[in-house]
Amino acid sequence: MEIGGVMAVVVELITGRTLDQGATVEEKLTEEYFKAVSYIELNEEDFKQLNLKEGDRVKVTTDFGEVVVFAKKAELPKGIAFIPMGPYANMVIDPATDGTGMPQFKGIKAKIEKTEEKVKTIKELLEAI
Amino acid sequence: MQDIVCTFCGSVCDDGEYDLKKKSVKKFCKLGSSKFAEKERIKAPMIDGKEVSYEEAIDKAVEILVNAKRPLLYGWASTANEAIRLGVILAEKLGGVYDQCASVCHAPGTLATIEEGIPGGTLGSVKNRADVVVFWGSNPMEAHPRHGMRYSISAKGLLVKDRKQRKVIVVDVRPTKTAKIADIFIQIKPGYDYAIFSALRAIISGNADAVPSEVGGVAKEKLIELADIMKNAKYGAILYGLGVTQSRGRDRNVENAIKLVQLLNRTTRWIIWPMRGHYNVVGAGEVPAWEVGYQYAIDFSRGYPRFSPAEFSAVEVLKRRDCDAALIVASDPVAHFPRIAVQHLKRIPVIQIDPYPNMTTLVAKIVIPSAVYGIEAEGTAYRMDCIPLRLKKIIETNYWTDEKILEEMLRRVEKFKG
Repeated sequence: MEIGGVMAVVVELITGRTLDQGATVEEKLTEEYFKAVSYIELNEEDFKQLNLKEGDRVKVTTDFGEVVVFAKKAELPKGIAFIPMGPYANMVIDPATDGTGMPQFKGIKAKIEKTEEKVKTIKELLEAI
Repeated sequence: MQDIVCTFCGSVCDDGEYDLKKKSVKKFCKLGSSKFAEKERIKAPMIDGKEVSYEEAIDKAVEILVNAKRPLLYGWASTANEAIRLGVILAEKLGGVYDQCASVCHAPGTLATIEEGIPGGTLGSVKNRADVVVFWGSNPMEAHPRHGMRYSISAKGLLVKDRKQRKVIVVDVRPTKTAKIADIFIQIKPGYDYAIFSALRAIISGNADAVPSEVGGVAKEKLIELADIMKNAKYGAILYGLGVTQSRGRDRNVENAIKLVQLLNRTTRWIIWPMRGHYNVVGAGEVPAWEVGYQYAIDFSRGYPRFSPAEFSAVEVLKRRDCDAALIVASDPVAHFPRIAVQHLKRIPVIQIDPYPNMTTLVAKIVIPSAVYGIEAEGTAYRMDCIPLRLKKIIETNYWTDEKILEEMLRRVEKFKG
């Protein structure tokens, strides 16, 4: 669908652990960790709708922020997207805790659109916070 | 060396073999192998990026902490109980806030347990007895890769002898790696865990009529089938993950799941247990619980401990800008907190104690490197099922342990504060 004249899809975003994120979590300032956490997985249909190729960048926008990440196709239900837990996901998750202390890391409405903007490095991301 | 204890995830595998020449470990998973692999370390203590001695760094850290009105002491999930014990005393002496990684992980389960209690069991009981295992919003194939093999999927137990005798069910919002090896995968809509637990409770208590034809994306027939399997299990286990605690409903989801287990326990035997993440995140809650009565989000500013996650969890404290210094031990909140919380960590002086450089290192005023428990230091940790295990020291190091660093801090703080 077009949102504000731009081709975009609206998804429910979830975040979580992956093996690669875990294996590099004690090496956060390395290229390996950057690769392990700076992407979003999209359902094939959503991926096609945005006219994406593997490795293209997308901008993820929620009510709480935006972040540019690499796009990957994955086996996911249509309308669900996944970013590995970490600094990129945390730019867009819902910080409200409903009195529990726990932000909402899963189940956030997000708009995804193709972008030419670059993916920030970990250090650039931290500067932008 | 034999029977090495892994200090990565909450499974705390205790059967590794360490090759001293190759400096690598056998038998462990990808996560455990990465833990024991050589990697970049923080080389020396630093103040504002300048290398100093341990004593100088600790002096400066103590100066910041005793002059702070309300310091936040956060982390603790990847260190030993001996260090956590000192951390809690330090928080009390400083009139600060003690919080730990569970507050952005499994703490909603702690809130549910306060309300409901927990019908629990050890990993040994799951391995030996569980003929039905439900992974609900948990994905051990990526987060606890040997859990299935040692305890919950293909484990060979005393009464449940192999994979064929154990039914494995995954409930999740996406087909995870664990879902691929399950007997049954039930895909639900994100944020509908609570409703599905309620539907299962209704069916099991004989009120299936009240359940609509579909709940949270799951057909009623499928829910009836799941309820039947649960009722007919000899010994069932719900092993839940962050899919339950980090999505809509949070603690109420876990509470409803516990109520479901209580209902099942009128006719058969079920347990429910969280799949804890870091190797000693249980210790980060148990130690303050036996010291001051609470597991996390504890404020000492009035001279006695007060528990209130809405006020004293790290994310809430940082969002309200309610701390003026932070001591971060064995954790990386800058990488794992929401943006608005990280913004405040960038404003205040941060003291970090950690073996490895991470995103918190980049904002820290004082960085104090430490030894790695289970490799360079011994201590005690609680496995995810609260079983204490002794962590071994395999190699020598010049790095101080968290325990020694905190002991020195406490000694100096006591001089100022008495």
